[in-house]
Amino acid sequence: MKEDTFRKLKILAESAKYDVSCSSSGTARRGARGGVGNTVGGVGVCHSFAEDGRCISLLKVMLTNFCIYDCAYCINRRGNDIPRATLSVSELVELTMEFYKRNYIEGLFLSSGVVRNPDYTMERLVRVAKDLRTVHRFNGYIHLKGIPGASRELVDEAGLYADRMSVNIEIPNEGSLKFLAPEKNHESVYRPMRYIQQGALESIEERKRHRHAPRFVPAGQSTQMIVGAAGETDRDILSLSAALYGRPTMRRVYYSGYVPVNTYDPRLPVPKQPPLVRENRLYQADWLMRFYQFRAEEIVDEAHPDLDLEIDPKLAWALRHPEQFPVDVNRADYEQILRVPGIGVKSARMIVCSRRFGRLTGYDLKKMGCVMKRAQYFVTCGELEAKGVNELHPEGVRALLTQPGGRRKQPDGQLFLAFGEEPLHGGTEK
Amino acid sequence: MTAEWVFVYDRTWDGLLTAVFDAYVRRRFPVALLGEADTPPLFVEVHHVVSDDGKAGRVGDALQRKLSPAAMACLSGSLYAGLPALDMHLFRYVCKALEAAGSIEANYADSDVRFVTDTYRKVLRERLRMMQFVRFQKTADGTYFAMMEPDFDVLPLVVPHFADRFAEERWLIFDRRRRYGYYYAGRRAVRVTFEKDADIFRFQDGRLGETMRDEDEAMYQELWRTYFKAICIRERLNPRKHRKDLPVRYWKYLTEKQRGGGTKK
Ligand code: SF4
Repeated sequence: MKEDTFRKLKILAESAKYDVSCSSSGTARRGARGGVGNTVGGVGVCHSFAEDGRCISLLKVMLTNFCIYDCAYCINRRGNDIPRATLSVSELVELTMEFYKRNYIEGLFLSSGVVRNPDYTMERLVRVAKDLRTVHRFNGYIHLKGIPGASRELVDEAGLYADRMSVNIEIPNEGSLKFLAPEKNHESVYRPMRYIQQGALESIEERKRHRHAPRFVPAGQSTQMIVGAAGETDRDILSLSAALYGRPTMRRVYYSGYVPVNTYDPRLPVPKQPPLVRENRLYQADWLMRFYQFRAEEIVDEAHPDLDLEIDPKLAWALRHPEQFPVDVNRADYEQILRVPGIGVKSARMIVCSRRFGRLTGYDLKKMGCVMKRAQYFVTCGELEAKGVNELHPEGVRALLTQPGGRRKQPDGQLFLAFGEEPLHGGTEK
Repeated sequence: MTAEWVFVYDRTWDGLLTAVFDAYVRRRFPVALLGEADTPPLFVEVHHVVSDDGKAGRVGDALQRKLSPAAMACLSGSLYAGLPALDMHLFRYVCKALEAAGSIEANYADSDVRFVTDTYRKVLRERLRMMQFVRFQKTADGTYFAMMEPDFDVLPLVVPHFADRFAEERWLIFDRRRRYGYYYAGRRAVRVTFEKDADIFRFQDGRLGETMRDEDEAMYQELWRTYFKAICIRERLNPRKHRKDLPVRYWKYLTEKQRGGGTKK
């Protein structure tokens, strides 16, 4: 490790940073004798937070940022005149082990530009993971990128060492993908995704018969879509996400607001700022699908193909459906309570658990973490209550909840939290 | 007129269970529980609870029949917060649980259940923060050393995690505020203390000086800082979220927040 390693690490971290997935979720594995590391399961552990507010859980780095492709939205495209570098297997292994032992990271997230051809690239990724697992007995988390176009054999081998794999869709609309990334198509992305799925399902079957059969990407796979680079609607994005979540092993879809890295390319928009509010709304919609039992068509449809940027998608749905309210918290099903704006998964669970012991009041709801400022228009608990969404009408409630000062907004337009609370086990991924 | 009672106990889980035992046996229920260092108010009767394995065990067994293992962990774990306000809530929770026909642990409308549950949640959050933010430095003799100052006394709760994760290393995690640490060298972590003028206290931010650290230590710290800077997307700077997720009070011991160059000794 010398001066050169600093330079390479800097270049290859900068090249990797636009890939937003960085979680260490989904695998629980205890430490092993003679080895280094474990994984904690659940949502994983963030070891730090970058100044852009994103979690740093893994050493997220590219093996190389040389690339034979020329995807318009990517900083590493072959046409760009940027510093290029390649880390050797031993450098990567050493960085991972040394960072891990200092408790800087949960493990490694390794991706790569495509050099020579997809298989050549994939093989090098596999070699790093294999070296970590077999030579260095590394038991921490490994996330490997599946290179579009890689062969089944290599994906199968990668799956034995990786906790999670991901192949990025990037552009939800196939036509736009071909326009922006002529060397790619959806099939080249879906094929490795299918290999991962098959490998994982086969391993699950195998493990039913032999307890010691090897695990295959125990934390499943994830993917990423770039938001705002190709004129796609939120409906395009969310219907694709819903379809992906319908497949076994797909755990997370990430949304990455397009950062204008290649402003010179006329095929791309040049936003002043990445579409951060929209990205945040998409994550909220994603949460609604994963934890709140919403279907994509309930969140966006033909009449409303894009998410409301002013209010969150759960409130938007509630205002479109005043007939579903008020919800009686002492009686209604868990599913109905979950749909109340201002009530999160944790509070909804508390409500159903506690009401067996006695009638709940507005005071109790507040104490259980419900945001009454919102929930008040949508619930009843049999007390003398203020007017609800039906008396005030949806427009009235909307006006009340979007008054200036009534909403927490950051000066730069970035919104802060999803729904004010996270599900009890954010990572109840299965 | 009957006098009001105050119980003084050692703020341990066994102590609390013993207090409950004493209360039932003596048929006197305290209006307040105090730690041994607290001064009882005037005009009350004071009972000094002497922690007793036998008594605590009996109450503990009875409690176990009423509550799930998760709730038991929550009750005993909440004490790590060291919050004086917790004592009476915890005491009443235990009494109610013993008297109720079924488990009361899910009754979040009950203020005692809620207080204890919320307190335990805070303890778990602080424990998580230690799992996140502990930073080891490799010393010249190969031991990994970390200094920390958690809000609560949660070090004993994170030791099993690090013992599992770094089972083959020698490491030492030291809580500077509470002046004790755990040293691990295979198999078992042992509680250790240092003399007041031990070398490490000379460094405000817990950073090892040049002679004390491994020859590559400064380089890896610098590599980590390089990475930390490179991974941030400037177009998305969000200092408010950054400070919320990574509260400033933890920065002191965070390698990535420390100035480069290392401490010269
Ligand atoms: S293949 Fe990947 S690294 Fe290469 S230009 Fe396309 S997106 Fe960028």
